[in-house]
Amino acid sequence: MNKSLRRLSFPYLLWILIFTVVPLLLVAFFALTAYDSNGSLYFTLDGFKNVFGGDTVAFSFLGLSVQLPLYINVFIRSLLIAMVCTLLCLLLGYPAAWIMAKMEIEHRRGSNILLFLLVMPMWMNALLRTYAWLALLEPKGIVNNFLGLFGLGPVQFLYNDFGIGLGMVYNYLPFMVLPIYSVLVKISPSLLEAAADLGADPRRVMLKVVLPMSRPGILSGINMVLMPAMTTFLIPDLLGGGRYLLIGNAIERQYMVSRDYTTGSALSIVLLIFVLLSMQIVARNTDPDADEGGLVA
Amino acid sequence: MIRKKGADTAVTSSRLHDATGTPHIIECLNLTKSFGETEVLKGISFYIRNNEFLTLLGPSGCGKTTTLRILGGFEEADAGEVSFEGRNLLDLPPYKRQLNTVFQRFALFPFLNVFDNVAFGLNIKKRPAKEIEQLVRKALRTVDLEGYETREIDQLSGGQMQRIAIARAIVNQPKVLLLDEPLGALDLKMRKEMQVELKQMQRDLGITFVYVTHDQEEALTMSDTIIVMKNGYIQQVGTPADIYNEPRNAFVADFIGESNIIPGKMLQDREVEIEGRLLPCVDPRKPEDQVDVVIRPEDIDISEPSEDLICGTVESVVFKGVHYEMLIESDGGFEWMVQSTDKAAAGSRVGLRFGPDDIHIMAKSDFSPDAAGPDSISRAYEAAEGGEGDE
Repeated sequence: MNKSLRRLSFPYLLWILIFTVVPLLLVAFFALTAYDSNGSLYFTLDGFKNVFGGDTVAFSFLGLSVQLPLYINVFIRSLLIAMVCTLLCLLLGYPAAWIMAKMEIEHRRGSNILLFLLVMPMWMNALLRTYAWLALLEPKGIVNNFLGLFGLGPVQFLYNDFGIGLGMVYNYLPFMVLPIYSVLVKISPSLLEAAADLGADPRRVMLKVVLPMSRPGILSGINMVLMPAMTTFLIPDLLGGGRYLLIGNAIERQYMVSRDYTTGSALSIVLLIFVLLSMQIVARNTDPDADEGGLVA
Repeated sequence: MIRKKGADTAVTSSRLHDATGTPHIIECLNLTKSFGETEVLKGISFYIRNNEFLTLLGPSGCGKTTTLRILGGFEEADAGEVSFEGRNLLDLPPYKRQLNTVFQRFALFPFLNVFDNVAFGLNIKKRPAKEIEQLVRKALRTVDLEGYETREIDQLSGGQMQRIAIARAIVNQPKVLLLDEPLGALDLKMRKEMQVELKQMQRDLGITFVYVTHDQEEALTMSDTIIVMKNGYIQQVGTPADIYNEPRNAFVADFIGESNIIPGKMLQDREVEIEGRLLPCVDPRKPEDQVDVVIRPEDIDISEPSEDLICGTVESVVFKGVHYEMLIESDGGFEWMVQSTDKAAAGSRVGLRFGPDDIHIMAKSDFSPDAAGPDSISRAYEAAEGGEGDE
C-alpha cells in the first residue's frame, strides 16, 4: 500500500490505542490489584477468586438444580437468555430476510422500504427505545389501557422473562436480519432454477440450496446477536426492573454500587475471554474465503 | 434456391408434416411472451425431432433464451401451446418436467463438491446410494472428469465447471437437454473443443439437444437443425447447409457469415440487374423493382477489370491466414467484401467475377415470415432497440 495512504490510518490507530487498548490494560490492571486499608496498592487474585468461588446459589434449569458459585450462576443464566434471544431472532429474522431478498431479486425494488423500516429504529438511541417499551408495557401503560377497554388486564409484561425477551429480541433483530439478507440477496436465481430443474420442489429448494447457502449469514447474525445479548445490562436493568441479574448487570454493580473494581474487572476479563473464544468457534465454522455475511457486505 | 418462400413458410407453420418421418418430441405452437411493454416472442411455432441437435440462433434480444426458458419452465408463455411427446408441457412446474438444463453461467452449487453437485437430482429423487454412485461415475466418465468427485467447485477451471454442469444434467437421463449458451463463458480454444465434444456426446447419449447461441459458427458446427430468430420471429428453419447456402432473407444471410448485400432489380426470370449490369442468375422470379442480392465474399474471384464485370478500386487488404480479405469500392458506389487466396494491391483496379449460382436473390425486407405486415416489422425493430437483453 502507498505510504502516504498508510499515514491516513494513524488517527484511527491512535484512537484505538487510547480508547480500546489502554482501557483494556487498565481493566486487567484493576483485576489484579486492590488497595489495602492504608490506601496502598497491592497485587491480588481475590477478584478471580470472587468470580469462581464465593457463595453458592441454586441454579435450576429444566427441573435440574445445582449449587453453583454466584457469578458462574449469573454467567450461565446470561448465556441461556442470550441463546434463547438469538434463536428467537433467527426464527423471526430469517423469513423476514428471505422475503426482503426475494422482493429484491424478483422485482429489484420494494425491499428498500422494508429495509428502511428495519434499520430506522437503529438510528435512535437504545436507551430511548427501551424507555419507549417501558411506557408501552407498564401496568398503567398504553397496552394495558387498551386491554382495559375490553375489561382485560392489567397484564404484567415487565420485570419478567417476557419483558427481557421482548426487549432483547426487539433490539437485536436487525443485527440478525441484515447479515442473512445480505447473503440471501446474492444467491443467483439461476441456482434456484437449477435446483428446480433437477427436480426439487419449492420446499426442497429452500432446504437443499437456500439454507446451506445462507450459512455464513446465519453464523454472522448469531455472532452479532449472541454477544451483545449476553453482555447487555441496559435491557435487564430497565425491563427486568433490576430483579434480573445478568452478567452485564453484575459487572455494572461491582463498579457502580459495590465499588469493588477488582471483582468487576476480573468478571470483565472472564467475560472477554469467553466472548473471544466463542467468536473463534464461529469464525472456524465460517468459510474463510467468504467475505459475505458481514453487516457491511 | 432462395425463392422457396412457400416451402419455408410451410416448415414453420405446418409442424405436423415431417418428410423424414421422425417423431417430434416437442412441438410449439404460436408462443408469445412479453416482458412489460416489450414483446419478446411474437407467436413462434416450431417442432423438435426426436434425438436431433437443434439450435436456436439469433442476436441478443431475439427471444431464443426466452423460448428455452419456456421449455424449461422458468418462464410462462403468455399464449400458445407446447407439447412434449404429445402431452401438454406448460401445465407442469419445472421440477416435474423430463427436461434438464445446462445454464449459461453453469449455476453449480458452490457449497457442494463435484460428486454432490452431479448427484443432486438423483438425491432429490431418493435413488438408492449405490445406484447414485454408479450413475454419477458414469456421468463423470461421459464428460471426461473421472476422479474429480471430491473436488470443490471453486477448484475447477471454466471448462471443467461446464463439464460438471453437463454431467449434473445428463445424469438424470432426461429425454431432452436444454443448453443456454453453455460455452459463452469459455475462451475460444476451449469453446472449439467443447463444440466437438458436445456433438459427440449428443450422438452417444442418443437424446435431443436444444441449444441456444448467438454464435453462428457454433450453430453451423454442431446442429442438425438451426432455427434463426430475430425480434421474436423465426426467420428460417433448416439444416446448417440450407441456412448457409440458401438464406431466406438479407438478415439470415448477413447473420450467418459475411455477406455482400447489394440492392438490385429483377428484370425477368433468371436475370438480375446490379450496378447497371445485367447478370444471369439461377433464381426463377417474377420481375421486381427492388430486391436484395446476396453474394458471399468467398464466392467472388478477383480478375482483370473488363467491360462485362462489376469493377472497382481495392481500398484495403487484410491477410487472414487462409485468405486475403479485401474491401473494394465498386464504380456503382457500393462496398464489396471479397475473400480470396489471390491478392490485389490496395489502390489497384479489379473486376469481380462470380457465377450465376453465387447470386442469391431475396425480396427487400423479406424478413418476418409470420408477421402481419410492414407495421409489425417496424415495431419489431423498435422492440429490438428497447433491448430486452436475453444475455
